[in-house]
Amino acid sequence: MKTFNEIIILFALLLMACDASAVEYNQVQSNQSTVSFGYRQMGVPMEGKFGKFAAQVAFDPDKLANAQARIDVTLSSVDSGSSDADESVQGKLWFDTRNYPLASFVATGVKPLGGNRYQATGKLTIKGKTLDVSAPVTLAVIGNRAEFNGSFNIKRLSYGVGIGEWTDLDTVADDIQIRFHLVVLASPASPLSNPPKRK
Amino acid sequence: MTTKRYSKISIGLHWVIALLIFSAFPIGLYMHDLKLSPTKLHLYSYHKWIGITVLMLAVLRVLWRATHKPPALHLARWQEVASGIVHGFLYLLILAVPMTGWLMSSAKGVKTVWLGIFPLPDLVAKDKALGHILSNVHTALNYTLLVLVVLHIAAALKHHFVDRDDVLLRMLPGK
Repeated sequence: MKTFNEIIILFALLLMACDASAVEYNQVQSNQSTVSFGYRQMGVPMEGKFGKFAAQVAFDPDKLANAQARIDVTLSSVDSGSSDADESVQGKLWFDTRNYPLASFVATGVKPLGGNRYQATGKLTIKGKTLDVSAPVTLAVIGNRAEFNGSFNIKRLSYGVGIGEWTDLDTVADDIQIRFHLVVLASPASPLSNPPKRK
Repeated sequence: MTTKRYSKISIGLHWVIALLIFSAFPIGLYMHDLKLSPTKLHLYSYHKWIGITVLMLAVLRVLWRATHKPPALHLARWQEVASGIVHGFLYLLILAVPMTGWLMSSAKGVKTVWLGIFPLPDLVAKDKALGHILSNVHTALNYTLLVLVVLHIAAALKHHFVDRDDVLLRMLPGK
């Protein structure tokens, strides 16, 4: 009977180990995720979005120190909210997509804010200029599916976006709100672990 | 013979609306083909602000007209009928032209914020195809308005200088 007891104990230890090592969300579902932005033009709130971006996320709520995130946005996929502007905004005065096709965000750290809220910090590179940004992120988990929602503001002129005649902030305001909605699934379950149940 | 004029409110609204239309129309014509620039966006905003102002004044004007009898005309029957039809369409268009502009703006996804301060509700959701249709409707109504305004002015001048009656005087400020 000694072997049987040992097996029970081993199994119990395994279960505990599985429970302790919480699940990691790392399968970004691009087709369900969005990167969008808001800005003011002549006092009018406008909404835009990017059709194409690549995101990599590795997030374990219990191991925030290991959290990783990177989003590369293809700037030529911009929908500025006004079809008139989609072409201009790719030009030299704005994104200059020929020389700078991507805007990149690379997370450098995640801090818990309590509950399902976190503060993500990182480096945002647009048009060859890299600046620190910080965004509050809300995490919503259902089953093995996690949704990260967050937004932060940048000043477009600090990245040299919208220069020349557009430097005049009366027309297009300096503040740009960037919003992201990322749907990330947990990595496929290993044979011994149960489907993650988190609230 | 003393001229029976329109009420001061009617006369004021008539000329203010006329002035605003004479500003918004050329701006609209000019801004459309401009290359995207801050100037273009400014002109679009001014055009929209003027248009919304016309709409608000037009509502007042139509309400005022509906509740106040204009001074009697003493013209041939056919002239009174023609004048009634043209005026009916003018009243309709000073409402419909800015209204289609507002709707088009909503459909194109650009909210109308009057004077850059007061946001107006979007009456239709963003819809590119609808925006295109409304743009054509807005243009067509504007040219209809242009034709009727030319007719309106020509008739007023004809009455004043050829017939030498008081048709135009009725709409001019005076005692």
